[in-house]
Formats: sequence, C-alpha cells, structure tokens
Amino acid sequence: MVNENLVKDVVKEPYKYGFVTDIETEKIEKGLNEDIIKLISQKKEEPKFLLDFRLKAFKKWQKMKEPDWAALGYKKIDYQDIIYYSAPKQKEKISSLDEVDPKLLETFDKLGIPLTEQKKLTNVAVDAVFDSVSIATTFREELAEHGVIFCSISEAVKNHADLIEKYLGTVVPASDNYFAALNSAVFSDGSFVYIPKGVTCPMDLSSYFRINSGDSGQFERTLIIAEESSSVSYLEGCTAPMFDTNTLHAAVVELIALDDASIKYSTVQNWYAGDEQGIGGIFNFVTKRGKCLGKRSKISWSQVETGSAITWKYPSCLLLGEESVGEFYSVALTNNLQQADTGTKMIHIGPKTKSTIVSKGISAGNSKNSYRGLVKMGTKATGSRNYSQCDSMLIGNQASANTFPYIKSQQPNSEIEHEASTCRISEDQLFYLQSRGIEFEEAVSMMVSGFCRDVFNQLPMEFAAEADKLLALKLEGSVG
Amino acid sequence: MQSKMKESDPILEVENLSASTDNLPILKGVSLTVYPGEIHAIMGRNGCGKSTLSKIIAGHPSYNITNGDIKFLGENINSLEPEERSQSGIFLGFQYPIEIPGVSNLEFLRVSTNARRKFLNKEELDTFDFEELVKEKLEIVKMDHAFLSRSVNQGFSGGEKKRNEILQMALLEPKIAILDETDSGLDIDALRIVASGIKKISNAQTGIILITHYQRLLDEIKPNYVHVMSDGRIIKTGESDLALELEEKGYEWTDNFIKGT
Repeated sequence: MVNENLVKDVVKEPYKYGFVTDIETEKIEKGLNEDIIKLISQKKEEPKFLLDFRLKAFKKWQKMKEPDWAALGYKKIDYQDIIYYSAPKQKEKISSLDEVDPKLLETFDKLGIPLTEQKKLTNVAVDAVFDSVSIATTFREELAEHGVIFCSISEAVKNHADLIEKYLGTVVPASDNYFAALNSAVFSDGSFVYIPKGVTCPMDLSSYFRINSGDSGQFERTLIIAEESSSVSYLEGCTAPMFDTNTLHAAVVELIALDDASIKYSTVQNWYAGDEQGIGGIFNFVTKRGKCLGKRSKISWSQVETGSAITWKYPSCLLLGEESVGEFYSVALTNNLQQADTGTKMIHIGPKTKSTIVSKGISAGNSKNSYRGLVKMGTKATGSRNYSQCDSMLIGNQASANTFPYIKSQQPNSEIEHEASTCRISEDQLFYLQSRGIEFEEAVSMMVSGFCRDVFNQLPMEFAAEADKLLALKLEGSVG
Repeated sequence: MQSKMKESDPILEVENLSASTDNLPILKGVSLTVYPGEIHAIMGRNGCGKSTLSKIIAGHPSYNITNGDIKFLGENINSLEPEERSQSGIFLGFQYPIEIPGVSNLEFLRVSTNARRKFLNKEELDTFDFEELVKEKLEIVKMDHAFLSRSVNQGFSGGEKKRNEILQMALLEPKIAILDETDSGLDIDALRIVASGIKKISNAQTGIILITHYQRLLDEIKPNYVHVMSDGRIIKTGESDLALELEEKGYEWTDNFIKGT
C-alpha cells in the first residue's frame, strides 16, 4: 500500500560492478562433448585420475534431467551454446604478481579487492578468480608458515594431487544432481584450502569470483579441508558485468571438517541480476555441502544472496560425527523480476548432532523468493536437535514469498522445531520513521537491516557492514 | 496576553485547509494560527478530523490537500516530504506510536536526532556523544536506560510508548509540537510525567497543539486557546475556560454551534 509515485521518483543506482574488462582472452569453441572435456583437462595439464573423474561425470550428466521442482521459471538453457573455458591471455608461467596483466589487477582494484603487495587487504588472504582461471592468491608464504595451503584448485591438482584425489567428490558426488554433474565434468577453477591438524588459520581466507565474458559459463569448484582441531573462516564474493544475455554459473563447494574442526563459510553473492524488465543476469545453480566427519566438528554457512536472475542454492550439512554442529544463516533479497529458491539441508546422521537454521527472505518488486529446506533425523541420530526459523518480508504488493520446509524424522528421540513468519513493511511504519526526519530510503533500509540482524550478526565484521550497504543499494527504488 | 505574543511572526499558519482521503473529504476549511509560546488545544468527537489535521501538518502521504495552505515559519510546506518537515522543526506525537521490529530504539533516536541536527547545521553525534545527550533527556520522561536497547516501541506498554514520543520531542527540540491524544491510555502518574515533560521542553519560542478529548491534560498544561472541531471544521474557539464548559456540557452542546452557522 505504499505510495507508488514515490517509488518512481527515487533515483536508481545502477549496478556498480557492471563493467567489462577489455582483455584478450583465450576461449575454446562453444559446446559440450568429450573432446571439449579432454581439451579443458589438457589445458590444465591434469593427471589422468581427474580426466577420468570428468568423463565419468559427463556420462552421468548426459543421462540426467534438468531438475524442475524448484519454484523457478526460466527459458531453457542451451548447453551447446555455452563456452566452457575462457581465460585471459597471460604469460605461460607467472612467478609473481608483478607479472599479472595490469588490466586484471585494475579490474580487481575497481571491485574493491586490491591484490598488489602495496595495496592488498591486510587481514584477509584473497584468491582472485577471473572467468575460468585463478589470477592470484595473496599471503601464500605467510600462510604456508602455518602449514595452511591456500591456492587455486588447478594448482592444488598439480601440487597436492593426493589430497584432491582423496577428497574431491566425496561430499558432492558427480551423480548428486544435474548441475553438480555438469560442474564435475567441466569445472575450471576455484579455491583449495587445507588447514593442518591443530592450526587456527591466522587470517580470514577469501575468494573473489568475477565473471567477465558474456558467453562463457563459470564452473568453479572449491574444496576446503579442516583437519582435526583446526579452524578457518572463509569468505566468498561474486560479481559480473551487465549483459543482456544470461550467463550460467554452476559451482560446487565441498567442505570437510574432521574431529573438533570448524569451518565458517560466508558468501556475499552479488552477480548481475538482470535489469528491471528481467533481461540478462546470471543463472546461479550452486551445490554447496559440508561434511562434519568427526566428533564435535562444526560447519557454519552464512550467505547474503542479493544478485543473480535465478538463484538455486541449498548449502547443506551432513552431520556424521557425534555431537557435530551444522548452521545455516541466510539473507536472500530479490527485487524486480529476480527469482530465488534457496535454503538448506541438515542431515543428522550421528547421535547428539545439532543444527540451526535462520533464513530471512526479502522480496521486492515483482520478484519471487522461496525458502526450501530439509531437516532429516536418521535412525542413529538419538538426542539430536534442530531449530529452524524462516521469516519473510514483503515490500510492495507484487512480490511473493514461499516457505517449503521438509521434515523427515526416523528417530523418535530427537527434536525438530520450526518457526515461520511473514511481514510487510507498512506505510504507517515508513511514515513514522519519516516523520522523525529519516529519509524514505533510509527508513526502508533500517527496517530491512533490522529484519536481517540475526543473520548479519553471524557475518565477519567487514562483511556485515558491506552486506548492510549492499542491501540498501539493492533496494533503492524498490519500495512500491 | 494575546497582543504581546503577536509581536513576533507566527510559527504555523493553517489557512482554509481542505483535505480528503480516497476522495472522501475530511477537512472542510480549517484555519489556525500558532504564535511562539502559545499552547492550543483542539477538542472534538472521534472522527471530527482532529487526528487528520495533525497527520496532514506532518505530511502523511494518504491525504490530499484539495484547498488551502499550510505555512511553517512563513513558508508554504504543502509539498514537503514528512522527513523535511520533521528536520525543519515540526513534530507529531502519535496517538498510536508504531512498532518497528528489529530496529533498536537507540539507533532510531540517534539517526532521527542527527537528521534534525544536520538541518540546524549542528554537528552530528556519534554513538558516545549521543548516549550522553539521551541520558539527560531520559530524565525528563523518567524512562529507564533499558528502553534504548529494545526495538522501537515493540512490546512497550501504552504509557511507555507515549513517554518514548515525548523523549523524541525532547531530542528533536521542535519549533512546533502537535501531540495527538498523548494523554489517552495514561494513568494519572504517567499523565503527570508526560505533562511535566512537555512543559520542560516547551518555551517562549515553541508552539504546542494538544489534541485531546479530556480536560485532565489541560489541567496540567493550561492552553491559551481551545478550538472545538466538528465535521472537518473548527466551529468554536475560546480560551481555556471553553474546555471546562465543554467538559461540563458535553459535545452535544457544541452541536448547537453548527446549527447556528
């Protein structure tokens, strides 16, 4: 019921990260077949086990069907019309950051992720991924002193093949789902993290994913292993230029936590969302899953999803170890014609396992925002507990919000709690804030960040502030 | 008394104001002028347009001005946004203060106060300086510091909400305060606290409009003028004894004025 005219008067802030870097790239031809996969593997000089992994995944993918159960509507994706490998042309071997193309450094500078020695962020190590390849990883030596491995997954394949062979695909098998199979066949780059026994990672680790090219997909793959009694906080950010075509992004993230290890994985996803008419934007189909393998291991997902035309994403936890803990804190904001179907799966397998789900969905414009979550208590999950809270906020009267909680319990001696609520920003609330001198836009963003506070409290400090700003930016002109 | 006050310029001039919502006329030609230092009371039955008048002065978007003007310090403010009116010194104390879940009262008060301070070219206050200021103002309404860490008005009792309104008035130091049934739902102790708060905040430079049904607030704060509204018009204006007469004779008595006009 908010005044429609006010909305139109509001100046709209364009997508800040919509620029394209003009750089010579090496692209392979469009399409997907065994030869393409062999070519990707060959370009990356991969060992045979990995090529086999890819080809097996491809065979599975060919037999699978694209899922249609999500509350999403989009034009059918033509998988033969996508370029599966695109990399900026660089010198063969880069030994230091000074040899990275200045244009690339400039790009990441503009995105607020300076990489060079003089300017790099002091408290966070960054792995910067541009289209299909990792450009640079900062603080590698410092981390190596602690035994922490932080590098691109391509490098890990070369230098730590044993770890890759041992863990790759053990959390998200290639056959898991259509998009995971596709990723397993064609994944290009992503980050690899290994925290040795007893080590608390001395700084936050972060990957920044940038899609630059309009006709190639991005298929990154991330693998994080936390050995016994180790811990790490990992952050991930994503942006892409504005194109009027849709770009496919199908990532797989696998986390493994052993006894008493903890992994905190935070995402701020701000892929290009398409324009007000819903033209362009990223199709974001992502499989993220963590395995709490050990006793008292802990995996915590927090995400702020604001971008992409389509978001299909369910970061999940497999709670195998006794007393292991899974957490999912999510803010998903959709505006204009964006669609999001996101949530989590908490699979309680071990006894005395515990999970917490806090999901905040905000829908504005004509967008559609669904929470979809599964909580499952297995037969051995005695004394396990889950608490879920799913809140939706509607802005304007054209947006929609759904909640689809699935609960399966095979263990009577376990507890599952689910709470859900829906609210709307009312004209009276806005008028109240405005009549106290607070500008309309600020009033909206105050209420939205109030609504999201439980989740923002879970984000690393700088991320929380950034998320707050991002939400305010995304909502500009949305209240109608 | 009257002539002395009129030496200065008026704070608020409502001139022949008509307004409607959803094409339904609510105000039908209201005129009202408030000079610095004056306290005006507006009385009348439910639905006579008192609350609407206060909301329109504050800039509520649901009402359309169909005729007439609102001037504040000599400037026409018909087309100003509610936040601009607040920043420039118009305060509306809500009859039913709105709950805003998740937004901390302290942060809300700080942002609001800074918006006003910015307009006045005063330095904006950081969290620490604001804490100092707000502590001092809490005294005025005898509110506990714990109210600040709660969400705006959420779970507040009726009396706590009204005191929170007066706290906002104390922080914003408006030129004119329109208090819409601030006395309703208050027990006698709370009423005294609120009334003494209003008196402490107002001074010879500020104007106050009290919208009320009851004499008891006017026993605490003596108005210079009492206006009686009926069917979107001010049908009678008098001095403070008019309120007493009204209390005694009831609103039926005022119906005669309408017949008379």
